[in-house]
Amino acid sequence: MSQSVGDDGLPLDQAVESILLRHQRDPACLVQILRELQDRLDYISPRTVQQLAAKLEIPITRVKSTLAFYSFLYDEPRGRYRILFSDNITDRMLGSMALYRHMLNRLKLEPGEVSADGLVSVALTSCTGMCDQGPALLVNNRAVTRLTPERIDEIIGLIRAQVPVSAWPAAYFKVEDNIRRADLLLNTEWVPGAALQTAIERGPHGVLAELKQSNLRGRGGAGFTTGIKWEAARKTPAEARWVVCNADEGEPGTFKDRVLLQSYAGSIFEGMIIAAYTIGAKRGFLYLRGEYTYLLPSLEATLADLRRRNLLGEDICGVEGFDFEIDVHVGAGAYVCGEETALIESLEGKPGRPRIRPPFPVSRGYRDQPTVVNNVETLCKVVEVMLRGGAWYKGQGTRQSTGTKILSVSGDVERPGLYEYPFGVRVAQVLEDAGAIEPRAVQISGASGTCLTRREFGRRIAFEDVPTAGSFMVFGKGRDLFEMAQNFAHFFAHESCGFCTPCRVGTSLVASILDKIGDGHGTEYEMNELAFLSQVIRSASQCGLGQASCNALTDTIQKFRGDYERRLRPIDFEPAFDLDAALGKARAITGRDDSGARLSTRVDIDQ
Amino acid sequence: MNAIADVDTRSAVRKLRVATTSLGGCCGCHMSFLDIDERIIQLAEHVDFDRCPLTDLKHCGPCDIGIIEGAVCNAENVHVLREFRRNCKVLVALGACAVTGGLPALRNRVDLDDCLTRVYAGRGNGGAVPNDPELPLLLDSVFPINEVVRVDYFVPGCPPPEQAIWKLLSDLIVGHMLRLEDKLIRFD
Amino acid sequence: MSDIEYSFTIDGQQVRFTPGETILQAALKAGIFIPHLCFHPEFRPHGSCKLCTVVVNGRTTAACTTRAMPGQDVYSDKPELNSHRRLLLQMLFVEGNHFCPGCEKSGNCQLQALAYDLEMLNPHFAHFFPKRPVDASHPDAVLDLNRCIMCELCVRASRDVDGKNVFALAGRGLDSHLVVDSKSGKLGDSTFAATDKAASVCPVGAILPKGKGFAVPIGERVYDKESIREKVVGLADTGAEP
Ligand SMILES: Cc1cc2nc3c(=O)[nH]c(=O)nc-3n(C[C@H](O)[C@H](O)[C@H](O)COP(=O)(O)O)c2cc1C
Ligand code: SF4
Ligand code: SF4
Ligand code: SF4
Ligand code: FES
Repeated sequence: MSQSVGDDGLPLDQAVESILLRHQRDPACLVQILRELQDRLDYISPRTVQQLAAKLEIPITRVKSTLAFYSFLYDEPRGRYRILFSDNITDRMLGSMALYRHMLNRLKLEPGEVSADGLVSVALTSCTGMCDQGPALLVNNRAVTRLTPERIDEIIGLIRAQVPVSAWPAAYFKVEDNIRRADLLLNTEWVPGAALQTAIERGPHGVLAELKQSNLRGRGGAGFTTGIKWEAARKTPAEARWVVCNADEGEPGTFKDRVLLQSYAGSIFEGMIIAAYTIGAKRGFLYLRGEYTYLLPSLEATLADLRRRNLLGEDICGVEGFDFEIDVHVGAGAYVCGEETALIESLEGKPGRPRIRPPFPVSRGYRDQPTVVNNVETLCKVVEVMLRGGAWYKGQGTRQSTGTKILSVSGDVERPGLYEYPFGVRVAQVLEDAGAIEPRAVQISGASGTCLTRREFGRRIAFEDVPTAGSFMVFGKGRDLFEMAQNFAHFFAHESCGFCTPCRVGTSLVASILDKIGDGHGTEYEMNELAFLSQVIRSASQCGLGQASCNALTDTIQKFRGDYERRLRPIDFEPAFDLDAALGKARAITGRDDSGARLSTRVDIDQ
Repeated sequence: MNAIADVDTRSAVRKLRVATTSLGGCCGCHMSFLDIDERIIQLAEHVDFDRCPLTDLKHCGPCDIGIIEGAVCNAENVHVLREFRRNCKVLVALGACAVTGGLPALRNRVDLDDCLTRVYAGRGNGGAVPNDPELPLLLDSVFPINEVVRVDYFVPGCPPPEQAIWKLLSDLIVGHMLRLEDKLIRFD
Repeated sequence: MSDIEYSFTIDGQQVRFTPGETILQAALKAGIFIPHLCFHPEFRPHGSCKLCTVVVNGRTTAACTTRAMPGQDVYSDKPELNSHRRLLLQMLFVEGNHFCPGCEKSGNCQLQALAYDLEMLNPHFAHFFPKRPVDASHPDAVLDLNRCIMCELCVRASRDVDGKNVFALAGRGLDSHLVVDSKSGKLGDSTFAATDKAASVCPVGAILPKGKGFAVPIGERVYDKESIREKVVGLADTGAEP
């Protein structure tokens, strides 16, 4: 629909009205409302902002601040075809940047620019979670995988012919599961309600006891003990409690939740239902990252199926008063919303800025009420524990890391995809199974994780050795780890929520210093700058995003210093910018090009 | 307070050579320098002046200390600054413009095109921007000097208080690292 | 309970506190200065500027949002922490456009005063020189976002005291910026009034009254007469709210 319809009154009002009605004019649904409105109107105009504020009876500032926070919400037209290339380092290793430039060139566009006819824009976005089948892009929020130069040309053709995205070849949108090694979780078929039945038989206290005995720890990164988390939420006196499944999966290189959401959704929801039963929640949310919007229909279908089976709704499984409903809440492009308190802010319709903790969500979460936030994989694990019992589960994996863990393996391997192992597996084993090609380094747990060298491949995947949220990116011989650090630095600068000084400014400073080194203007001076900056960003930042934002940087400087040093100039200092280029505008204005109108960038030549 | 007096002139190996200049600045910092008044005589016992407004030398020779006032606005500023950096063991940014870009950097909010067009509009020659090769070309943006060369010390202020300049010189003459305490730090 | 139980140490000095107080509140009451910008005694702690970063029992944290607990061992006035704080100040300076010689707030500005106190001699990093707007549409106040440090004090004041929600922080990362509650986005079209708490709470020169610039001569402004440390601690001594 074109914007004119939106700007001239009635049709817009109707669209707004029906969407608002569906969300009961609840300002807490602002992100959902904006996302749905945008689907209808192309973008959110100032007029729409005013209308929304009036109808929801909230300040305009509230709408503006949410609108401006999320990458996939637009306050100006972005073209009828919005192309966003996934820009993880793994996409780059598969040649994404050449494809990106090719598309820009053929469409005669600058990055982010909207074509004059309002048809198309092309830009970059953070990792879209298709690393095993990249390079990938999003067109109007739908993922296109396995890009090749031919496919890019075809896409350009489709755009020029104005073929609606829904009519594009289905093969473009095919997302493979690529399950390469299945163990406990991936090998078990979901039997609807079986785990819930055992939970009901055990009763809430029995469930908590079983979970604690299993020593199940969260798979979202922090590794908090699930039983203790649930117990805390249950114990906090409250009018209402909430269960949230964290399906934001924004950590670069992670895509295991995508597969679980695509092929194991029943287990995930059943885990949520068990949580609701245990803590006494009536409502739950699955927070789905915007990049995975394509999964929405199948998730809704699974929910409908669960309702039919009386596993959702009222008096679930015939237990009187056991009522529970789940809504899927779709994010809009913000990695930080994976952080549980930012996620809750987002669920409340606000910008995803992390809250100060404590209080933790288990005591004050969604609507300031006790809230359990669990990762997708954790919830599947709950189902396992219910079916097999805590004592059995405890025997899997290692002492401190029980059970299995799914790894998302990508990069320089023959068989990228999902690998599920009991905790304690050695990195070398994973590399061998995946067919790693002369691995030089492995980046574990994403951009905020740890970089391992060959000498460390004997280490184990476990909370007590190398913890991971699931990302496992392999860098083969000849790969440049500086490029990885630079890519991640830009990721963090882009994703910083902007709340606290060290992360808001610091991540951008780090990115620009790395660019300076990358452009060949760096010296030992910049290396010292990075060391000090990363120390302050790590220790002073508010949340995990800022705190972890320099991990890859410090690891690679320590372990792959050569990748930096060969870029450094053996001089004292050099400007970050090209001094001669900085005279370019004045040259153009005056039409001069004499020797006085030129500057060498390098001090040593300027004798 | 008088650190210089502690140094015995006779035993001093040699006088320090000091150069100063103003890039994109108003010479206010140099005026503040002169506010050390009669102490300049004392200073002269310890330093020789190379390029500076007093000597009127056009180039800077090998020096111990180079003091720069003003921001980097044009190609000539870059040449002068680099010459100072090459020749001076210690380079000091003196005043708000050298330290932060200061007043000249206010033009960074305006595109250079816009800036020049507006300045020359209605000034004869059809409002054309002069293109005489004698005139230094302007950089796109104005920079504090530490974004163009490495700088050893910074003395902020617009202009820096004369006591801060005296502290700078007396510290450097006796071979100390400069330390400005909060009372001597002023940004305006 | 005995008094001793409700005490902890800052740099070895014993500090009493009332349960519920944060480390920063207790410290200020005891006349110990911990640098801070986004904290204001009349508002709920916010915790965004991180100037108040201290080490509590070996863990780095913000003093303004961390509850005081008996027996805590807090480090604050240490060269390493002060160098971190200086770096944070430098970040704030290069993030915006701070031209102190031309700023009406100069001499009364907390950012500047902290920079003096922490002996920050220059902004150190390459300036971002962002292009940010100045909004002079309001008859009684100017909003100059070039100087905004995103402390959200005006946001909190307008929301919690004035009951108006005139301001909010929008965007993210370096694109973070203040937005105003009016159709035009201009302050002059909002319900903002010079008598609002939000009009007087800005620690820097981003929200300023019109027609009052440079009223106090240099040498007699707030931080000409005493350092921010002396001022805050002096107020604590007299029992007044800092
Ligand atoms: C910046 C940041 C991003 C995060 N992203 C995710 C995510 O995408 N998915 C997730 O499950 N947890 C993520 N987490 C961790 C969550 O805050 C939270 O610990 C987790 O969802 C708890 O679930 P668990 O106990 O099942 O692991 C993130 C944390 C941070 C600091
Ligand atoms: S660390 Fe970064 S993401 Fe986290 S609160 Fe601070 S600015 Fe936001
Ligand atoms: S707000 Fe403070 S630091 Fe910024 S220019 Fe004004 S006086 Fe200087
Ligand atoms: S305008 Fe002032 S009070 Fe408001 S956020 Fe900016 S610096 Fe803080
Ligand atoms: S005063 Fe504590 S973070 Fe700002």
